Amino acid sequence: MKFSLSWLKDHLDTDATITQIAAKLNAIGLEVEGIENPAEALAGFRVARVLTADRHPDADKLQVLSVDLGDGQPLQVVCGAPNARAGMVGVLGTPGAVVPSNGMEMRKAAIRGVESNGMMCSSRELDLGDDHDGIIELPADAPIGSEFAAFAHLDDPVIDVSITPNRPDCMGVYGIARDLAAAGLGTLKPVADRVHPGAFACPVEIRSDDREGCPAFFGRVIKGVTNAQSPAWMQARLKSAGQRSISALVDITNYVMLTYGRPSHAYDLARLNGAVVARRALPGEGITALNEKHYLLDDSMTVIADDNGVHDIAGIMGGEHSGCGEDTRDVLLEVAYFDPERIAHTGRTLTLTSDARSRFERGVDTDFLAPGLEILTGLILDICGGEASEAVHVGAAPAGGKVVRYEPKLAETLGGIAVPDEEQRRILTALGFEIATVSDGGADHWAVTVPSWRPDVDGAPDIVEEVIRIHGLDDVPSVALPRAEGVAKPTATPMQARERRVRRAAAARGLNEAITWSFLPMAEAEAFADEPLWVLANPISEDMKAMRPSLVPGLLMAARRNMARGASSVRLFEIGRRYLRGNGGASDERLTIAVVLAGDRTQRSWQSGKAQKFDAFDAKAEAIALLETAGAPVANLMVMGEAGAQYHPGQSATLRLGPKNVLARFGTLHPRVARLFDLDGPVVGAEIDLETIPARKGAATFTRASYTPPALQAVSRDFAFLVPADLPAGELVRVVKGADKKRIVDSRLFDEFRGAGVPEGQKSLAIEVTLQPVEASFTDADLKSVSEAITVAAAKQGAILRG
Amino acid sequence: MADTDSLRAEALARIAEAQTLDALEEHRLAYLGKKGSISLLMKTLGGMSPEERSEAGAKLNALRTEVADAIAARKDTMEAAALESRLASETLDLSLPAPEMPMGSVHPVSQVMDELAEIFADMGFAVATGPEIEDDWHNFTALNMPESHPARAMHDTFYFPDADEQGRQMLLRTHTSPVQIRTMLNEGAPLRIIAPGRVYRSDSDATHTPMFHQIEGLVIDKGIHLGHLKWTLETFLKAFFERDDIVLRLRPSYFPFTEPSVEVDVGYSMERGPGGTSRRVVGGSGDDDGHAWMEVLGSGMVNRRVIEFGGLDPDEWQGFAFGTGVDRLAMLKYGMDDLRAFFDGDLRWMKHYGFVGLDVPTLSGGVGVPA
Repeated sequence: MKFSLSWLKDHLDTDATITQIAAKLNAIGLEVEGIENPAEALAGFRVARVLTADRHPDADKLQVLSVDLGDGQPLQVVCGAPNARAGMVGVLGTPGAVVPSNGMEMRKAAIRGVESNGMMCSSRELDLGDDHDGIIELPADAPIGSEFAAFAHLDDPVIDVSITPNRPDCMGVYGIARDLAAAGLGTLKPVADRVHPGAFACPVEIRSDDREGCPAFFGRVIKGVTNAQSPAWMQARLKSAGQRSISALVDITNYVMLTYGRPSHAYDLARLNGAVVARRALPGEGITALNEKHYLLDDSMTVIADDNGVHDIAGIMGGEHSGCGEDTRDVLLEVAYFDPERIAHTGRTLTLTSDARSRFERGVDTDFLAPGLEILTGLILDICGGEASEAVHVGAAPAGGKVVRYEPKLAETLGGIAVPDEEQRRILTALGFEIATVSDGGADHWAVTVPSWRPDVDGAPDIVEEVIRIHGLDDVPSVALPRAEGVAKPTATPMQARERRVRRAAAARGLNEAITWSFLPMAEAEAFADEPLWVLANPISEDMKAMRPSLVPGLLMAARRNMARGASSVRLFEIGRRYLRGNGGASDERLTIAVVLAGDRTQRSWQSGKAQKFDAFDAKAEAIALLETAGAPVANLMVMGEAGAQYHPGQSATLRLGPKNVLARFGTLHPRVARLFDLDGPVVGAEIDLETIPARKGAATFTRASYTPPALQAVSRDFAFLVPADLPAGELVRVVKGADKKRIVDSRLFDEFRGAGVPEGQKSLAIEVTLQPVEASFTDADLKSVSEAITVAAAKQGAILRG
Repeated sequence: MADTDSLRAEALARIAEAQTLDALEEHRLAYLGKKGSISLLMKTLGGMSPEERSEAGAKLNALRTEVADAIAARKDTMEAAALESRLASETLDLSLPAPEMPMGSVHPVSQVMDELAEIFADMGFAVATGPEIEDDWHNFTALNMPESHPARAMHDTFYFPDADEQGRQMLLRTHTSPVQIRTMLNEGAPLRIIAPGRVYRSDSDATHTPMFHQIEGLVIDKGIHLGHLKWTLETFLKAFFERDDIVLRLRPSYFPFTEPSVEVDVGYSMERGPGGTSRRVVGGSGDDDGHAWMEVLGSGMVNRRVIEFGGLDPDEWQGFAFGTGVDRLAMLKYGMDDLRAFFDGDLRWMKHYGFVGLDVPTLSGGVGVPA
């Protein structure tokens, strides 16, 4: 909401400076977004009289003017405007002035060989309107030589205030003046209450057939108007509000809306036929609105129509057909009350916003229909002439007079500041509330009647807000929250603690944390989707359309960007949610960590020679380490296949706790996927579902199981087996370890070999087994029995002990 | 036995001249071996009279010990020299690069979220979460934004074509506030929570990204009022920026889910940073010379209807809520100037603005990480 200082002062009697006003507006919740003085942009543009106008010697369409600025030293100015002529008064831009429409600084220049000392300006050049057919013509008595901005009422600071959606009353200058007066910044001037009785009965029938959507429809006809330009003062006001001047009638309706928050509409009576009725639109009906767009309507919308059809999308925008133009002689005025929800629904359905809609859907003053109509009538009669009919009042706006039960002590118990009762009473009264004290058995309370222009106020907390915002929110004293008794407990859940630990561990392992978009392009999302995706109905772009089913694609895209920037080694991770379909139409959002490694694991070096690329074991190492940090029982995990179609079928696996419980998947990305993401060379990745990892057992206590390191030294023995080439080495290691649970504490594979000495279709695996004696050192017989147990267990996997 | 002196002189001279361990061993055998000259002399003691034997024995023993010590000393010297010379041949150029262990990094948003969790833990706030794919009831209706509410349209909401089983429209949450409702419904009162997380608005320009991070705070208890809100926000911002001169300005505002509603500005000044860029530095009153106010938080006393939607009795419980942007807090504290870079994954940016894994914010060690 923008308005000029002089406009505010029409309604507020105040000596306050613009700075004081701005500070107070901020303090009472009307946030000032900016203050601008348009006169600053028009500095150097002055009122000037054309003394003579002669043809340019070298250009048909140019004239050479002699222009008087009142100092007796006429300037020579070259001008191309067809209406430039001797005797006229216009606006001269003098050297140094900056043309508002294009930012060019005026200079002395030669135009086709003739010196020009400035420019006679059009409305468009000064950003004052669209007119560019000729230069501005000012009245003959305009003060020659004076600053044009002052003459045109533009030397007037403009305040831009952000109005919160609960305050339709402040979508008019008058409402802002009322708030400022209540806050002690001046006196609110009364609204003019001139009533125009009307010289004849209204010749048009006005009706509402949709009392729900349009409970009140007030109107009248004014005959014999002249719809020329509105007066300069009104144009200046509208300009300060950021509105263009259109014609006197349109400007007057806009002016009343901007001044009192009261929208209205003026129809050209000549374009209407029969009764003018508020009703539901019929299916299939349409209208070309004043914005020149055509809208298809339906029966959920209220319209104003006559015998021929729809003329107005009620409360939102009028129709082009019956709008007022230059030749309008007779007008029908409409001042109505429309149901806010209906307006909101219609506006949303048509995606049509307007100044009227934003006021009606927030709720206009229910008691301001008749006064609004009279103010409108008075302005039209004054500016456009004509004769008014009697006013017609059909229906009534919803009754105001809402009463709120309020206890003044609430200012302290909710608002945190003690405000004396008298001060509360003064504030509320100044804002238009009426207070009656009610005694109910000892404790008094107030019955506060809410003014008709405050649809937002419906409870005691609203009254507290009114009191403290005017009293001064900054005066509320800080009061410490009471501390909980006893020792502080952890405030993070086990899952949050796990997330933090895993993040720090990943970073400590050399991975860089990225945060990538939750949305992906369709193709990239589909490549990682095993079930229907969540796809946005209104994405901001095609690249941000589907919710990610995995964190890997986002990291792959980040990896590609980094490689494109010349990174040779990319180690990325992200912790966040992936989005799948859940129960009951809700989402299934699991906290996941994903790792992507691309490019070189190690750079070429003097020690190891060529650069080495990442491989699936790097992904496995990250997966295992992060799982361990997350508290997974890593020793019990099984490496199994089926990592998914996104991975290389022979170089990927899952890590499972039991056959069905997949905690992680890892491996080399499928070359097809790498290509889709435009990545060269092997790219490896890992994904861990942080929510399926079981909580550590015994997590409820700090005490650990009792342990004493064994006194006897552990013994290690090596075993080499020939096994079928397709036997997973991990299986052999696992069964070897399980062969004698009492004595074997570890088994570790240290060699895998195929080739000379190993039969075709087989491989040799060498395992170091660690044995721990407990009470006595091992005897030869003990060691022999362990060896036999290992051999037997391995044989079940098809492994033969090598001699 | 007159020849022991010359034997001694000869033995010590030869030992001193020995150049190799082998030569030294030869000398040891020649003097101290079974048939060594000193050993042979020792054997002659048996044929002497007790008087002679006691004198000659003492002499010979002293000689044997002296020669043995000389051999050991010479051996030590030679071994030390050998080690010296071996080590000299093993010299490495330690200016060569060592194997690299790359350093990783924690994203500033994660770091700041951990900082916030730490600060609020000290005030007894637990961390709560909720879904990002929300339904319109939790995101709007229960926060006192019925369908026709103009504030709904101001949220630039991303919608899905889907509805859940209750017919609720699915959308991407536009704020972390639905977590208020979920937590009240699940846990009841009293409550002190913060809810950090991703939120989404259909908005993209230099200072807006369609995804960003918010943190929500909620206190529901008995007798909580606006003064408590003010203290909490002051304490939080002072702890976060680690400055005592943080000055807040409260302005009345409007949010459908709070009543009264308060916007919070913080005073700041512009300071010249490295490279001549100027940046906002929080501190001081915005009304001071060279200072201004900047909006940092939205807050207010929880609307009675919202408390009811949370399944609580607003006559019994009241409280406050606040929300702010985590990315923006990170930018203000650590000096990043482009929000879009947060979500690009540029390794160069991460190395510059990221945090070392072990820079864990703690109250005792400092919540922030100095530049």
